[in-house]
Amino acid sequence: MNKSVMLVGVGGQGTILTSKILAEGLLGAGYDVKMSEIHGMAQRGGSVTTHIKYGEKVNSPIINKGEADVLIAFEKVEALRYLCHLKAGGILIVSDHEIYSQSVLSGTEDYPQEIIESLTQAVERTIVLQAVKLAEQLGNIRTHNIVLLGVLVKALGLEQLDWVQVMKDLIPEKVLEANVKAFKTGLAV
Amino acid sequence: MKKFLTGNEAIARGAYEAGCLLAAAYPGTPSTEILENISQYSEIYSEWSPNEKVALEVASGASIAGSRALAAMKHVGLNVASDPMFTMAYTGVNGGLVVVNADDPGLHSSQNEQDNRLVAPHAKVLMLEPSDGQECLDFVKAAFALSEEFDSPVLFRVTTRVCHSKSIVEIGERVEAGIKPYVKDPAKYVMSPGNALKRHPVVEEKLLRAKDYSETCPFNRIEWGNRKIGIITSGISYQHAKEVFGEQASYLKLGMTYPLPEQKIRDFAAQVDTLYIIEENDPYLEQQVRSLGISCIGKERIPICGELNAEIVRRALLGETEPKTYQVSQKPTARPPVLCAGCPHRPLYVALKKLKDIVVTGDIGCYTLGMVPPLSMLDTVICMGAGISSGIGFEKVNRMAGRKEKIFGIMGDSTFFHSGITSLIDAVYSNSNMAIILLDNSTTAMTGHQENPGTGVNLMGQPAPVIDLVNVVKAVGVKPENIRIVDPYDLAETEKAVQEAYASQELFVVVTKQPCALMKDVQKKREGLYCYSDAEKCKKCKACLRTGCPAIAMKNGTIHIDKAQCNGCTLCQQVCKFDAIAKVGE
Ligand SMILES: Cc1ncc(C[n+]2csc(CCOP(=O)(O)OP(=O)(O)O)c2C)c(N)n1
Ligand code: SF4
Ligand code: SF4
Ligand code: SF4
Repeated sequence: MNKSVMLVGVGGQGTILTSKILAEGLLGAGYDVKMSEIHGMAQRGGSVTTHIKYGEKVNSPIINKGEADVLIAFEKVEALRYLCHLKAGGILIVSDHEIYSQSVLSGTEDYPQEIIESLTQAVERTIVLQAVKLAEQLGNIRTHNIVLLGVLVKALGLEQLDWVQVMKDLIPEKVLEANVKAFKTGLAV
Repeated sequence: MKKFLTGNEAIARGAYEAGCLLAAAYPGTPSTEILENISQYSEIYSEWSPNEKVALEVASGASIAGSRALAAMKHVGLNVASDPMFTMAYTGVNGGLVVVNADDPGLHSSQNEQDNRLVAPHAKVLMLEPSDGQECLDFVKAAFALSEEFDSPVLFRVTTRVCHSKSIVEIGERVEAGIKPYVKDPAKYVMSPGNALKRHPVVEEKLLRAKDYSETCPFNRIEWGNRKIGIITSGISYQHAKEVFGEQASYLKLGMTYPLPEQKIRDFAAQVDTLYIIEENDPYLEQQVRSLGISCIGKERIPICGELNAEIVRRALLGETEPKTYQVSQKPTARPPVLCAGCPHRPLYVALKKLKDIVVTGDIGCYTLGMVPPLSMLDTVICMGAGISSGIGFEKVNRMAGRKEKIFGIMGDSTFFHSGITSLIDAVYSNSNMAIILLDNSTTAMTGHQENPGTGVNLMGQPAPVIDLVNVVKAVGVKPENIRIVDPYDLAETEKAVQEAYASQELFVVVTKQPCALMKDVQKKREGLYCYSDAEKCKKCKACLRTGCPAIAMKNGTIHIDKAQCNGCTLCQQVCKFDAIAKVGE
């Protein structure tokens, strides 16, 4: 059976690098993989989604409603936006982090309250993570995406693959160590 | 060797392997990365042309001169390039000529959802449609060969999901195709009416030959499974169909979709009980199938509008209901794209917003986001160039109607070079008294910061002559006293120029000059610059919020500026009447 992972977040949060590492790891393990990315225009701050499907043979690159085995949200409102893509019984990983959109900043809309409470109530298998705080404690706030990758890899049961090697290929030398540390922190959650 | 490539990367690789020597394009989502990737191969001359028509004409010249050549564009770009395209069908080629056209079903980043498969029969050119990365590579190589064999440009039609999805692709080596001799042949290449009249039957004959080829070619294949259901499909729709029906159906998977293999379609249809046509957007295949007298199920079930996916196919053809999904009571807040913090386009809109009685004819680029609240400044956006030209017409009718609104036409630098210059010529020639704002941010920002004729660098990364936008404005005849060049980060200066334009009875042009805030060197230069607000002085008037800068927020009743996003453009400081915002860094 093919597996589907949907990564959602806000432009600039590093979802794309995270997806790349995941896809490369899966390819190295011999899976057929398709990855589809929809990102807005050049500006920062739009909603960003990546669909990754893997298995013996993947046809359509799109993950439809109710099809994602794992939905991983780098921001809480994005978890709300794409919740309908999660499969019944699927795993929701959500970073307890808020990024305000223009409408919230200017006060025309309120940022929804108690998102985490509702999500944990609705979805049996929800993993909530203070990814940004964890990364900050580790000394590099920008590695929050890799903390999340660690959690994701564990949720997919793919710990046995050589992720450190994949990261070596895709992450610049000078921040590699920080990212490996972040990844291990995620795995241990 | 196997690689994990997007469709666009695979197309670039295919062109390289096919021995292509020249590639030209104008950027446009989802096609942009094709040329960006081709430019990595030093064997291929590549360029960003000012627009798609120029790109295709450059490629056509290369082809006639004897090399394999490629032009790439988004779907609306082919509208612009239609003129050379339709007549290249008559002249034919010398070296293979491939025209990559990327449609955007679902309008991820476009102004319409046109289905350019319909162009192939209209322009009378062959068409190939890949459905994944491997086919992108293989089909592009084949397209060059077919172009030469049938003496025709080949339309290579892809869609956003093919362009932007990554899959595993087996790559090969480059095989040089060389440069064929050029033999003068005006009867073939000079399309005077007399010559073209003689070429038309040649075109029709070519299409008949291509149709025979289509019957047996490897791109149109039947995959037998259960024969109760037969599916005719192409492109990404094939992937959706396979996902839904798997072995439970038989497929006629079409890779060459013009000319279509009529006999093969008949044979396939005759061997299945129910025939479905699964295709995205228009009933292109369906109409051809029906015209053969074959009954089928298509658009009466599958929607014309929007991007297709497996779930829609399931609901349409298997009668499945919408899947049950998790639900919570909170609704996500909208997150539409907005102009970046520190965007040099923003102050212009802040200045315009002060004027009463204006109509703003907009254009396409980052500045289209001037339509988003709280700026909400644009009246119209149609296509590239229309920011000026539709303003000309609007102003004429306004005058007839005795209306007083001043017309402001807005356009960016890349769009000006693309199709704004001819519009500006008309503004001069037609004695328009509209005001034109040219937002020069020294890049083609919206599609990811491509070089353009004003940037001094070309696609291959080499220095290039700078076409000075202001010189062009002067050269076409805008009076020098009616031209203002301003730094948009200076709000007072910008407002003054905009007010002069408003008051002017003659054609007036304001050029704002300040590079896009997202460009790497700009970010580096402005590192450490930011503004902060002083809660003691702040009167909570919200004027700073009304600029729509995403770095500014009202949190628990106080104004907060996000240091990480802010680039110290000082727009907020300049709109604050209470001196409550200060700048850090120089
Ligand atoms: C005919 C056509 N070709 C390409 C595009 C894609 N496209 C839209 S705007 C744009 C360029 C915008 O550049 P510019 O006018 O300089 O504005 P900026 O984004 O830099 O503010 C492009 C390439 C299009 N919409 N239509
Ligand atoms: S990418 Fe550049 S031009 Fe576009 S909105 Fe951002 S700052 Fe403005
Ligand atoms: S414009 Fe000045 S006074 Fe008004 S809310 Fe903003 S910081 Fe406060
Ligand atoms: S200076 Fe003000 S307007 Fe400019 S980027 Fe910073 S917060 Fe936004």
